Amino acid sequence: MNIELSEMSEQFRQRRADLGDPGETKTKISIAGLDFFYGDVKALHGIDMKISERRVTAMIGPSGCGKSTLLRVLNRMYDLYPGQKAVGRVELDGEDILSPDVPAAALRRRVGMVFQKPTPFPMSIRDNIAYGIRLGEKVSKSELDDRIEWSLSKAALWNEVKDRLHTSATGLSGGQQQRLCIARTVAVKPDVVLLDEPTSALDPISTARIEELIDELKSEFTIVIVTHNMQQAARCSDMTGFFLLGKLIEFGETAGIFTNPKDERTQDYITGRFG
Amino acid sequence: MTQLERRLLADRVWKIVASTLAGLAILLLAWILWTVVWRGATALSLTVFTAPTMPPGRGGGLANTIVGSLVQVTIGLVIAAPIGLLAGTWLAEVGRGRLADAVRFVNDVLLSAPSILIGLFVYELLVRPFGGFSGFAGSAALAVLILPVVVRATEDMMRLVPGSLREAAFALGASRREVVTQVLWRAARTGIVTGVLLAIARAAGETAPLLFTSLGNLGWSFALTKPMASLPVTIYQYAGSPFDEWVALAWAGALVITVGVLALNILSRVVLAPRGKASR
Repeated sequence: MNIELSEMSEQFRQRRADLGDPGETKTKISIAGLDFFYGDVKALHGIDMKISERRVTAMIGPSGCGKSTLLRVLNRMYDLYPGQKAVGRVELDGEDILSPDVPAAALRRRVGMVFQKPTPFPMSIRDNIAYGIRLGEKVSKSELDDRIEWSLSKAALWNEVKDRLHTSATGLSGGQQQRLCIARTVAVKPDVVLLDEPTSALDPISTARIEELIDELKSEFTIVIVTHNMQQAARCSDMTGFFLLGKLIEFGETAGIFTNPKDERTQDYITGRFG
Repeated sequence: MTQLERRLLADRVWKIVASTLAGLAILLLAWILWTVVWRGATALSLTVFTAPTMPPGRGGGLANTIVGSLVQVTIGLVIAAPIGLLAGTWLAEVGRGRLADAVRFVNDVLLSAPSILIGLFVYELLVRPFGGFSGFAGSAALAVLILPVVVRATEDMMRLVPGSLREAAFALGASRREVVTQVLWRAARTGIVTGVLLAIARAAGETAPLLFTSLGNLGWSFALTKPMASLPVTIYQYAGSPFDEWVALAWAGALVITVGVLALNILSRVVLAPRGKASR
């Protein structure tokens, strides 16, 4: 484990040198005093967190720690389920997105989401991408074609599917489907992309491709990723938050969290003592 | 005998009993089918499809009853399918709590209600107040028959759509209406269509709801305000008549209905069959 950790920290130094200092960017999402309730059960306790623009922020922790719950607050996905309630303040570019004045559909145009299991719609590959675009914008056919090519290229899928855009999306492999879902999400041109364990249903090669993709996408999007895979968090995030029992235990630069955690519980988790 | 031998013997006995009973069930079904095909085929001719019903001794066919059935089933479907689709969607997507439970319960009751009761209900509602049997009353009775099947099929099929697909559509900023009509209905399409086809098949073969509503008509008349002929009612009337040619026509009609319903069932299976990878 020690060898691994020192290897990791070497990778981090390299990455930080590549990136410049992550502390320089401005805050995209600011979470303050956030509580979350499933009915009477309190699932998040006073979360405070600042998510930086055009950085990858990872949320890690054992099952049931609240990391996915927090992710689903950021695009108000919980709104779909009566009985779920968020209390506190979550600002996107300074605007309180929990306010009922902000329509959830409008928020979700700005904060896209990719799910654990690939969720292609039962339509052609092209229509899958076009669907999201057309929901919010009136675009000409040529603009639409351009945008479809752009988003599929962004998701590193264009070359594989350009000759069969009109075939059913459900015929793609799992990894391709997940990249299609990423393409569909970025096609809408959101500011923030939420990834909810995006590779947990994929094989290692597809996983590696998605991780590369995350690295490329962060030049344009603010990315928040929930993952069970600590190596994944270490590999592709700039900031990491460790959650336990609905509380944010520690939040900081990924390199710091993985090499020199300040909290004993973080230390126990990343060294595999529990979770 | 060791314990293992005893268990293996019991296993064999079970297998024999189950296979025999399965064979018996299939045998009965085959017997019915064979009788219908054999008796029906000998009575079948082109005039069955071209000539309307005639008084005994004057020949005649079943053309008006076939068209009458098609008309009534189609109108029944046009009335029931949209209501059923939307009600089923409401149950699956929107309805919660007591009201939804009540709607679901009432629908289940309707689903298993004896069809004669539906006939009587429509008789009181549309026949007595308007002073006569009518094709429209027959259509309405068939609509009541079709409705619960469509509601049930729609709700069940929409519940089978993975929650992640709903969330994915919402995550793109779609409104609830957009999610339902553009994603969920599409995903549940084959199942819903199958349900509707099975409902049509059931309605096409029903006699009881039509006895008190569209009654039957010997002539070539498809006015919705007048009594209208239908295949099942005609079979019912002809089969019990003392005239050999009517009894033969009843068999021919039974064959026509059986083949029609069978075709719908096969069609629903084809629709439900997993589509090839490169569909479209």
